[in-house]
Amino acid sequence: MSVIESSINRASEAFAVNDTHHRGLSADLRTLVGSISQGGDERSRERHEARGKLLPRERVNRLLDPGAPFLEVGQLAGHELYDDVIPSGGIITGVGRVSGQPCVIVANDATVKGGTYYPITVKKHLRAQEIAQENHLPCIYLVDSGGAFLPLQADVFPDRTHFGRIFYNQANMSAAGIPQLAVVMGSCTAGGAYVPAMCDQAIIVKEQGTIFLGGPPLVKAATGEEVDAESLGGGDVHSRVSGVTDYLADNDEHALMLAREAIASSQQRFTSTVTRETARDPAYDVQELYGVMPVDTRTPFDVREVIARLVDGSQFHEFKKLYGETLVCGFAHIQGMPVAILANNGILFSESAVKGAHFIQLADRRGIPLLFLQNITGFMVGRKYENQGIAKDGAKMVTAVACAKVPKFTVVIGGSFGAGNYAMCGRAYGARMLWTWPNARISVMGGEQAAHVLATVREDGMSARGESWDPEDKSQFMDGIRSDYEAEGHPYFASARLWDDGVIDPVDTRQVLGLALSFACREPQQPSSGFGIFRM
Amino acid sequence: MIESLLVANRGEIACRIFRTARDLNIRTIAVYSEADVNALHVGMADQAICIGPPPATESYLDIHRILEAARESGAEAIHPGYGFLSENAEFAEACNAAGVIFVGPPAEAIRVMGSKTESKRLMEEAGVPVLPGYHGSEQNLQFLKAQGEEIGYPLLIKASAGGGGKGMRIVENAGQFDERLASAQREARGAFGDDQVLLERYLTAPKHIEVQLMADTHGSVVHLFERDCSVQRRHQKVIEEAPGPTVTAELREQLGETAIMAARQVGYVGAGTVEFIAEGDDFYFMEMNTRLQVEHPVTEAITGLDLVDLQLRVASGEALPIEQDDVQLRGHAIEVRLYAENPRKKFLPSTGTIERFEIPGSVRVDSGVAAGSVVSMHYDPMLAKIIAYADDRQGAIDTLGKALGASAVAGVEHNLGYLRGLLEHDNFAAGDYTTSIADDVHEEVLPRGAEAFAARAAKVLLQDQGEDPWLRGSGFRLNQAPRRSLELRQGKTEYAVTLEGESAQVNGELTPVPEGEVLERREVIYAILEGHTERFLNTTDDLSRYGGQQFSAGGIRAPMPGQVIAVHVSSGDKVKAGDVVAVVEAMKMEHSVTAGKSGEVKAVLCAVGDRVEEGVELVELE
Repeated sequence: MSVIESSINRASEAFAVNDTHHRGLSADLRTLVGSISQGGDERSRERHEARGKLLPRERVNRLLDPGAPFLEVGQLAGHELYDDVIPSGGIITGVGRVSGQPCVIVANDATVKGGTYYPITVKKHLRAQEIAQENHLPCIYLVDSGGAFLPLQADVFPDRTHFGRIFYNQANMSAAGIPQLAVVMGSCTAGGAYVPAMCDQAIIVKEQGTIFLGGPPLVKAATGEEVDAESLGGGDVHSRVSGVTDYLADNDEHALMLAREAIASSQQRFTSTVTRETARDPAYDVQELYGVMPVDTRTPFDVREVIARLVDGSQFHEFKKLYGETLVCGFAHIQGMPVAILANNGILFSESAVKGAHFIQLADRRGIPLLFLQNITGFMVGRKYENQGIAKDGAKMVTAVACAKVPKFTVVIGGSFGAGNYAMCGRAYGARMLWTWPNARISVMGGEQAAHVLATVREDGMSARGESWDPEDKSQFMDGIRSDYEAEGHPYFASARLWDDGVIDPVDTRQVLGLALSFACREPQQPSSGFGIFRM
Repeated sequence: MIESLLVANRGEIACRIFRTARDLNIRTIAVYSEADVNALHVGMADQAICIGPPPATESYLDIHRILEAARESGAEAIHPGYGFLSENAEFAEACNAAGVIFVGPPAEAIRVMGSKTESKRLMEEAGVPVLPGYHGSEQNLQFLKAQGEEIGYPLLIKASAGGGGKGMRIVENAGQFDERLASAQREARGAFGDDQVLLERYLTAPKHIEVQLMADTHGSVVHLFERDCSVQRRHQKVIEEAPGPTVTAELREQLGETAIMAARQVGYVGAGTVEFIAEGDDFYFMEMNTRLQVEHPVTEAITGLDLVDLQLRVASGEALPIEQDDVQLRGHAIEVRLYAENPRKKFLPSTGTIERFEIPGSVRVDSGVAAGSVVSMHYDPMLAKIIAYADDRQGAIDTLGKALGASAVAGVEHNLGYLRGLLEHDNFAAGDYTTSIADDVHEEVLPRGAEAFAARAAKVLLQDQGEDPWLRGSGFRLNQAPRRSLELRQGKTEYAVTLEGESAQVNGELTPVPEGEVLERREVIYAILEGHTERFLNTTDDLSRYGGQQFSAGGIRAPMPGQVIAVHVSSGDKVKAGDVVAVVEAMKMEHSVTAGKSGEVKAVLCAVGDRVEEGVELVELE
C-alpha cells in the first residue's frame, strides 16, 4: 500500500493560523467539558457525598478497569437546551472496559435535578442502549434517579421512543444474550424501578438504594399506609424478602466491585469479523491536523492530508483516484483494523456519487467497515447537472449508504450541508457512531446560501407587489439569517440535541475510531435462548 | 573414604554437603520433617527419610530418630551441618555408640568448647589470649575495684546471671567505678534476683575476626586464614569477608598460630573456627565453633579448597592432603546472608511461598530454596548465601553489588535490598568498620520507601494489556485528562497511585517512577527494585474487605420451623460473625444458627425447648 505524501508546508503562515484557530476550538471544548463534568451545582454535590455516595463520574471510574479507556457518548447532551442547567443531560453514558471487556455504562447523575429524566435524558439513555444492542455490549446501569421529570412528562412518558422504550430494550437485549446489570445506588422510583427489575442481575447498596413502584408519599395518598422508604423498598427488603435484587452491597465501592465480578462471570465470547494487523502510528504527526484544516469550511484543501494523519502508517489504497475526484475513496487500517474510507474533497458531482456507490458496495461485500469523513456543501446544482440526472446518481449513493450492512462510522470534519449529509452517512443513515469536530457546521444549507435564498424569495415577493427593499434592511435581514444558521449549525448545538455521539478533538479521532471499530468488528459466539432472563 | 553419608540437616547446608558428597561418589541420604516434604535438599539426595513432624525438637533435633534413619539407610557417617545437633556432644557420642562416623570433632572437644568458663580456662592455660576480666565469686567492692585496676579501663560490669543488657555498665575510669557498680548490682538484683557481677575489658571499637582450622586424626592442624564477620545485627552475622580487610600479614600469622594452639589444646579434629574479638593488633579468644560454619564459602574462595571434602576425608581417617605451606591466600571473597525477614519491620521473619528466585551474575549461590519452595515458621529463615570472589576487595564488592541489584526474589519479605545497602555503604567500603556498623548505618541502608515501589507497580499494572484499543492502559477520557490510577495496599497502608506522564502521584506526593520488575500473582503484586522486593495487594477487586453481604439487619432468625435445642449466648455476650448462637432441630436435623455479623447480644428471644416458626428472631444483636 502506498503512503500518502503530505504537501503541507508546516512553516507557512496559513499552517500557523489554522493551528492557532483549531487549538483554540479544542481548548474551548475542553473548558466546556471541564465544567460539564462537574455535574450538578456545588451544594448538590456536597449533599450527595455527605450521604456517603460517590459522584457519578467517580462511580464510572471505579467500575472501569484501572487505566482503561472510557469512550463517553453524548457528553454535551442538554447543553443550553433548557432553562435548567442539565450537564450531560443528567446521565453519563459511554463504553468502557470492565473486567476486561467493553461494556455500555449508563449512570444517573443524582446531583442534577435528582437524576430525573428530561426528554434529552431519555434520548441519551436510549442512544446508549442502541449502541449496546448494535454492538452486543453488556449494559451496566448505575441507577440513582427520581424517575421522569414530571413537569415535562408529556415529552418523556408516552411515545415510542420515550421512557418505556428503556425496558423494552432491556428485555430484548437480555433475550439476545446481552447481559443487563443494574447497580441501585440511590432511588429507583416508579418506572425507574423496572431498570433493576428488568435486569439479568441487580445489586443494591444498603441504606442507599431504594426500589419501589410508588414512593412513601404516593403510598400514603393511594392507600393511607404510612411506611418509610427503607422498609418499603430498601436494600435489605429487596435482597432478603422480595428478591428484586440479588446482591446487597455495603457501599458504592463494594457495589461496583460486585458489578465487576458479575461482568467477569458473564462469559462473553466473540469472534472477530475482520483480520487485524499490527497497529502502527501514522507517518505524520497527528497534531498537524490542527494546521491542516483551514479556518473557514469553505476554503478547499486536500482531505488526503487528514486521512494521512488518521490511518496506520499513513498508508492508503486509493480507489478510482482519477475518476470523480471530489470524493476520495480507499482502503486503510486504523489501529490495526481495516476501514473503507469515503472523504469529501469538494462538491459531489454525478461521477463522485456513483464512484461512492461503487466503493460502498465493494466494502460491504468484503465486510470492511465504512468510515465517512464528511465535509460537504452538497451536490452540484445547476441546469447542466440536473439535466444530467444528478438526483438519480445521488440517490444511488444514498441507497448504497442506507443499505450497507457493514458497520458505518461518520466523522463530520467540516461542513455538513443538505443532501450531502445523507449521502455521507448522516445521523439518519444508521452510523454505529457519529462524531463531530469542533470546527464543523451542520445545517440544511450554508448560512450564506440560506441568507441569499431567503432574501431572494422575499425580494421576489416584494417586487411582485411592486415594493422595493431598502438595501440596509435587506442586509440586516441577511445577517439575522446568517447568525441563526451559525448558532444552530454549531456543533455544540447539534451535540446538545444528540444529533451526534459527541464533539471530539481532531487529534483524538484515531483513538476514538479505534475503540469503536474494535467493538463493532466482532460478533457474539453464544446462541441466544430467545427470551429474556425472568427475574424470579 | 566413606561410602554413604546422612546429612542431619536441611536447607542450603544440606544441599551444599550433598554436592561435594556426590562429587566424591558417596551415596547420600537426606532426612526431613513433614514440613519439608518438598524441600530442595530432599530431592538432591539418593535417599530421603522422613523423621517426624515439623517442630525441630521432634525431627531435626531428635537424636533417636536420626540414628534410626541412619540405621535404616545403612549410612556409614552423619554430617550434622551447622545448627541443630552440630555442637551436641551427646549426639556425637550417640553416633559413636551406634557405630556411625560423626563428621566432626571428638565429643570431648565439643563439650569443652561448649562451656564458656572451661574453654577460657583451658585457653589461658595454653597461652591463648583471653579478654582480661574477673569472673570469680568475691564481690567485695574494694576487691572488685582492685581487679578493675588490673584489667584496665574502660571496662564492662556485667550481671553474672545476666542477659539482654540488664545489669550491664561501661566504666570509663576508676572515678566512675563505685557508682556504676552499685547501679549494675541494683539492676541485676531487680532483674535476676542475684547481684553477682563479673568484670571484663571493654573494647570500644571491636572487630569480630575468626580463624578457620582443619585438623586430622594424624596430628596435623592447619589454619585457612581469617574471616572478618564484624557486620552483625544482634550477634547475627550479616556479611562476612576473607581475608580481613584490616588484618596485616604479621597479624594473620599470629592469629593462625594462636588458633592452632587452641585446637591442639583440646585435641581437635575436623573443621573448626576460633573466634576472636579484636581491636587494633590485640585479639582475644571468645569461643570455638566446633563445626562447619555458615560463612565457610569465603574461605573456600580465597584458598581454593573444598572444606566439606576435607571434612569427609578427615572423617574417613585420611590425613589432610595439605600442609600449612600449601595453603595460599588469593583474592578476596565476600558473603551476604539472604534472610526471609522484613528489614523495615525490625527484621520480623516472613513466611510464604517463593514465587521467584533469581540471583544472576558471577556469584556463588548456596541456596536451600528455589521458586516454589515454602518458607515455613518452623526453621531458621535463612534462604541462601551469596558469595562473590574477585582479585581484590573492591572487585568483590562490585561483583556482589551488581548481582544483588539484578536479583529478583519474591514471595516472602527478604533483606536483599538491605544487604545491598550495607555492602555499598561507605563505612563498609572503608574496611575498618566495627561490630556496630549494622546499627550505625541502619536507617541509611534500608530500602527506599514503598512509595517508589507502588509507583513502579502501578506503572506496570496500568500498561497496555494487549493490542486491542480496549486493552490499552491509556486511561483515555474524551476531552478530559486521562485517568491512570490504581490503589494498592500494604498491610494497613493504602497507596493511591496516579500516573502523570513519566512520574506518579503517590498519596498526593510526586514520585519519580523507577525502573524495576513487577510480578503479578492474582491480586498480590511484587515490585522488585535494586534487589529489594515490596509486596502489595491490588485493591481493585478486593471483596475481602467487605463482610458477609447477606446480613445487614441485627436479628438472628430461625432458618425453618423447629425446636430450639441449644442456646449458646446470653445477653451482653460479644459474638463474632460466624459464631453459632443457637441450634434448631427440624426435619430430624440439627441446624446451627450463626451470627451474620459481629456485635453484642442485646437480647435472647428464645429458650431451649421453644418451638419456633421460620423467620422468628432468636437473638437480637446490638
